[in-house]
Amino acid sequence: MAQIVNDRQAGPGGAAPGRRRGRSAPPAVHHRGDARLAWLLITPAVAGFLVFFAYPAARGVYYSFTSFHILVPARWVGLANWDELLHDGVFWHSLGVTVYFVALSVVFGVLLSLLTAVVMHRLTRSTVVRGLILLPFLISGVVTALVWQWMLDPQLGIVSQVIEKVTGLHPLFFGDGAWAVPSLAAVSVWKSLGYNAVLIFAGLGTIPPTVYEAGRLDGASEMQMFRRLTVPLLRPILVMVVVLTVVGSFQVFDIVQVTTQGGPANASLVLQMYIYRKGFGELDFGYASTMSLALFVLLVAVTYAQMRLARAGESDLS
Amino acid sequence: MTSATTPLPRPAAIAGRRRRPAPGRVLAWAYLVVVLAVTVFPFYWILRTALSNNLQLPSSPSSLLPVDFTWGAFERALGLASRAQAQAQGGSGASLDTPLYLRNSIIYATVQTVLVVSCSAAAAYAFARLRWRGRDAVFNVLLSALMVPTILTLLPNFVFIRDVHQLNGFTGLILPGAFFSAFNVFFLRQFMLGLSRETEEAAIMDGAGRLRIFFRITLPMSAAPIATLSLLTFINTWNEYFWPLLVSNNDHARPLTLALGVFKQSSPQAAPDWAGLMAATLIAALPMLALFMAFGRRIVDSIGFTGIK
Repeated sequence: MAQIVNDRQAGPGGAAPGRRRGRSAPPAVHHRGDARLAWLLITPAVAGFLVFFAYPAARGVYYSFTSFHILVPARWVGLANWDELLHDGVFWHSLGVTVYFVALSVVFGVLLSLLTAVVMHRLTRSTVVRGLILLPFLISGVVTALVWQWMLDPQLGIVSQVIEKVTGLHPLFFGDGAWAVPSLAAVSVWKSLGYNAVLIFAGLGTIPPTVYEAGRLDGASEMQMFRRLTVPLLRPILVMVVVLTVVGSFQVFDIVQVTTQGGPANASLVLQMYIYRKGFGELDFGYASTMSLALFVLLVAVTYAQMRLARAGESDLS
Repeated sequence: MTSATTPLPRPAAIAGRRRRPAPGRVLAWAYLVVVLAVTVFPFYWILRTALSNNLQLPSSPSSLLPVDFTWGAFERALGLASRAQAQAQGGSGASLDTPLYLRNSIIYATVQTVLVVSCSAAAAYAFARLRWRGRDAVFNVLLSALMVPTILTLLPNFVFIRDVHQLNGFTGLILPGAFFSAFNVFFLRQFMLGLSRETEEAAIMDGAGRLRIFFRITLPMSAAPIATLSLLTFINTWNEYFWPLLVSNNDHARPLTLALGVFKQSSPQAAPDWAGLMAATLIAALPMLALFMAFGRRIVDSIGFTGIK
């Protein structure tokens, strides 16, 4: 991640995350046809970018200023959608739900994956262990959602059964307004834990043992070494895991769509679900685009803030 | 595995609690076992439920073994059971044409992967090994795609695909993701930047052109990351949900993941056919699990690699 942007032209406001520090391409041997061949080779990618990315992104921005129900051509309405957005209680509610979901996913997801990675790193190099823990990452969100909905089923779900036997309580999980979002977050953490743990595990492998030897000589305790050495040295990869989790969780959809569909009573109506409902339920593409754009702005701001915060006092191995 | 009392430091055990090994290690192992159990148990539960008789499930919901063992759920999920048979076992009568959806998923994921990885490899070569004016600027513009949430482009893309009458077919399903993936280009470029120039220079001495070098030297040398990327792309495409949900409203090109969601919704809310659903779920997850069996180590390493690079 730290090397995403590799050159001067990125500038201070460069859109991509990461920093300039990277190496630039090796000075290739000059060859006359290079430029022509290069353009030939990048034509498919650039065409794909322009047609299915840049143009639709611009289109999306345009739609956000229009009244557009798919069967009638878009009509320019200026800031009407934005005005509606500001006064749309459901939007703010769904934003709140999303932030709650993101916070739970990030806090528990990152802490648990960090803990898991550190434990794995100390105990075993086994690829089998890392592989097993990665299994949930391989299956789709729909499969994940289905199996957890079954396991958390209030009547027959195994989790409900066990909880009832042990505690006598009878949780409703997805069916309970207060528990719907935490349940979704738990499922999401279950799905991404292994992926993040493997990423952090790889990061741990890059920390030279000498760092710890020095720490031990200075009489540092385990906890001190973890806080003063491991965490700071892992900072780049932790930042990446946090950013990926935040950006991913803000866009959660499939788990919600399969399990709660935003219910009960909008308790789990995440932003993406609301956008989908407006766009494809009510065919209000203009307003749905406005919300998508708002989500985009939000993501850029959050990511930018995270990168800024992370860079403060950045300590990297060098 | 080294025993806990061995004083020899393993390189793996840096920062290990060597001074007081026992309690910490036991706790750590206990934690790891719990995490693994929580990770793997749902997969077992899918299997256990899929092999149960749906009508008998309520009688012993916490039995660890299949309740009234039967293959019936798989027959229902594969569309092999008659309606009467299905209902006798608590099926909803809803059918899932698994072979068709499986075929769709295979076509969708394979074609998408081949196209996007090829296009990305070509672009990555141009960005990593060729010198041309504007190279870095173009690269950075393409990278901006990493930042934009998919939802912003999905709605207009849907409108576009509808306007060119490609809804409900493979073209509309595959096209938007077929040529460009910022992550793929970035990932391969990063690898190609690290390739040594000597082989290339030798080939130039021998009169080879750039294109020839690309096909004969750079591509073969990048075989490993390309395989890795293909694997990750295939998995992601197979599991894709939102875009297929928008563009596939009938069975013609509907992939398995999506069909599963539809199958679930056709199951009655009051008494869902959980056995059938889990059988279908297992069938949908099976190709990914098989892929994992075959390429487990590569997948694990590649995820570490994507993070470090």
